[in-house]
Amino acid sequence: MSDDLHQIWVYLSANPLAGLTLTLVAYQCGLWLFEKLGRRPVLNPVLIAVVLIAGVLSLSGIDYRTYFDGAQFVHFLLGPATVALAVPLYNQFQEVRRSALALVVALLVGSTASALSAVALVWAFGGSAVTILSMAPKSVTSPIAMGVSEQIGGLPSLTAVFVIITGIVAASLGTWVLNLVRVKDWRARGFGMGVAAHGIGTARALQVNEVAGAFAGLGMGLNGLATALLLPTLYHLIWG
Amino acid sequence: MLGTLTLLLLCQLAGELAARLLHLPVPGPVLGMLLLFAGLLLRGGVPAAVQETAGGLLRHLSLLFVPAGVGVMVHVTRLETEALPIIIALFGSTLFGIAVTAKLMAFLLSRIDPRLEEEPAAGKPLAGKSAEGDRA
Repeated sequence: MSDDLHQIWVYLSANPLAGLTLTLVAYQCGLWLFEKLGRRPVLNPVLIAVVLIAGVLSLSGIDYRTYFDGAQFVHFLLGPATVALAVPLYNQFQEVRRSALALVVALLVGSTASALSAVALVWAFGGSAVTILSMAPKSVTSPIAMGVSEQIGGLPSLTAVFVIITGIVAASLGTWVLNLVRVKDWRARGFGMGVAAHGIGTARALQVNEVAGAFAGLGMGLNGLATALLLPTLYHLIWG
Repeated sequence: MLGTLTLLLLCQLAGELAARLLHLPVPGPVLGMLLLFAGLLLRGGVPAAVQETAGGLLRHLSLLFVPAGVGVMVHVTRLETEALPIIIALFGSTLFGIAVTAKLMAFLLSRIDPRLEEEPAAGKPLAGKSAEGDRA
């Protein structure tokens, strides 16, 4: 009997099924809690899922690598999903074209403000150089952020964590801060979420309003481009 | 559904190839997005099937970040020793970034297109989901 169980355990831990199922079940739990407790943005489904999965993994002694072997199938879909952002973007193209100048200016200022304030704050509170460099690209979607992080000498996997936390912070507190600075225009609200907090910010914006979602997707894409192009250049200028 | 998934993968693949062959610092999926966007512009509309599948994929966009998020486990030590700068930087810069971008964008839009003084500009909340204060 215990031999059978052991066999099953060996099978499951060497098989992508467990990691994949765990990811989906944990996310469903996150969604369920989010709905059940009145759709409070603080109870972000991603946050709940990450906490649940990390808990299960530490309790069962499975390491992250093994888990990721299964979960990578979900992770992989980030690529096609990024491509799919072309659809809401196309649907809102008229709006986008009308506001092109505002978009470019807000993008450049907003992108620089996010990256510089992040770097400055880590530095001011005594963070290490590796943390500073890993922090710089954290506002853009994880595949881009990880690539940039590697280019400038950060730790890509640490950057991925910062990227996700940035998204969760935005999804949880973005509404509050946007109300605080009294921005009412859906396009501006969405764009701010997309530029500062990539896909998770975009997911949150899509949940609320189509226009906000399209501008968030646009902000995420444009900031991905801008960061990929500008940050390594900026880094070489400053650090030499 | 299958057709759209194939289309998305083809765009991504073309994007990856272009990024590598031309040594562009831009990630493949972003180029793929631009490619699909250009395709939709040329075609002059989004086919219903593409609309549906893309919508379905994007509705659960945040799920796709979960596996990378669990990577937090690997960095527990660093996160503990540098907790203060990391927490302050993540919260501070994210909220600052959102505020600066949105405020500047709203200001510029009100200059370009005064009709947007009224709130909230264009677009309705998604059916049945929004309540006051539930803006993105």
